[in-house]
Amino acid sequence: MSNNEDKHHIVPFRTFIIVLAALLTFTFISIAVTNYELGAFTVLAAMLLATAKTILVLVYFMHLKFDVKIFGILITAVLALIGAVIFITLLDYIFR
Amino acid sequence: MTMNNMEEHRDDIGSRFGMWLFIFTELLLFAGLFLVYAVYRFLNRDAFQFAAEELNTFVGALNTVLLLASSATIAMSITALQKNKKVLSLGLLGFTVLVGLVFLVNKYFEWSLKIEHGLFPGSELLLEYGKGEVLFFGLYFFMTGLHALHIIVGLVFILVVFVRIQKGRINSENFVHLENAGLYWHLVDIIWIFLFPLFYLIT
Repeated sequence: MSNNEDKHHIVPFRTFIIVLAALLTFTFISIAVTNYELGAFTVLAAMLLATAKTILVLVYFMHLKFDVKIFGILITAVLALIGAVIFITLLDYIFR
Repeated sequence: MTMNNMEEHRDDIGSRFGMWLFIFTELLLFAGLFLVYAVYRFLNRDAFQFAAEELNTFVGALNTVLLLASSATIAMSITALQKNKKVLSLGLLGFTVLVGLVFLVNKYFEWSLKIEHGLFPGSELLLEYGKGEVLFFGLYFFMTGLHALHIIVGLVFILVVFVRIQKGRINSENFVHLENAGLYWHLVDIIWIFLFPLFYLIT
């Protein structure tokens, strides 16, 4: 029965409140940052903040920190694949 | 470790594994769309920036806040159920559903306004603009529409889980289906985390 919920980690409410506060802060920072005309840097900043928010959601809300390791390894691989495909495609278009 | 006489045939890790695999396919589906967005944005930079100014940042930001809050409450409802606080867990789930519905209502008004202004795929006004604007609004309606469809599916999923918790089928000993509903809802949240800056912010 080791595969079932007996050994489950209970995440305290406080953790979720703190993570939510961080997510909202990142959202407001990204709104503030994109109000400035920073050219390509605006896109970069918005995407970096979105990535940071995604990591918070994955690690805490989706319990990756407390779950079996394989889920974390697989999602990292999938996101790396997506990142690589987008990066390489853009390289192709930029230097074409 | 099993306490009841009836041997249950359950594999919670396997169950979550299945949900994660499904989530990977969803991520790849949306990644394809984000790739299309990235390439067309690169090729039509000015048109995309011009068209993005048509979108209301406030409504987008409000919907972001709503989805983030609902993600937190569904995560908290798992904690509540684990602590055997069934009513609190149901309340948090109910709040999640309510907020999801408000998100959809906002989306409805947002889309209606765009359509009223003549900004929808195939509209005469859009054809007067250029290829870039057509692409931007095509992607806007398709991607936010597909996302809204995921919100609807997520809400149905959560409602099914809600009823099963009420009936005691999902409880503090057996809550993997609640966890899976949560995982799906967080996926929908993550997709919006990228849709929001790409369509509303980067103008």
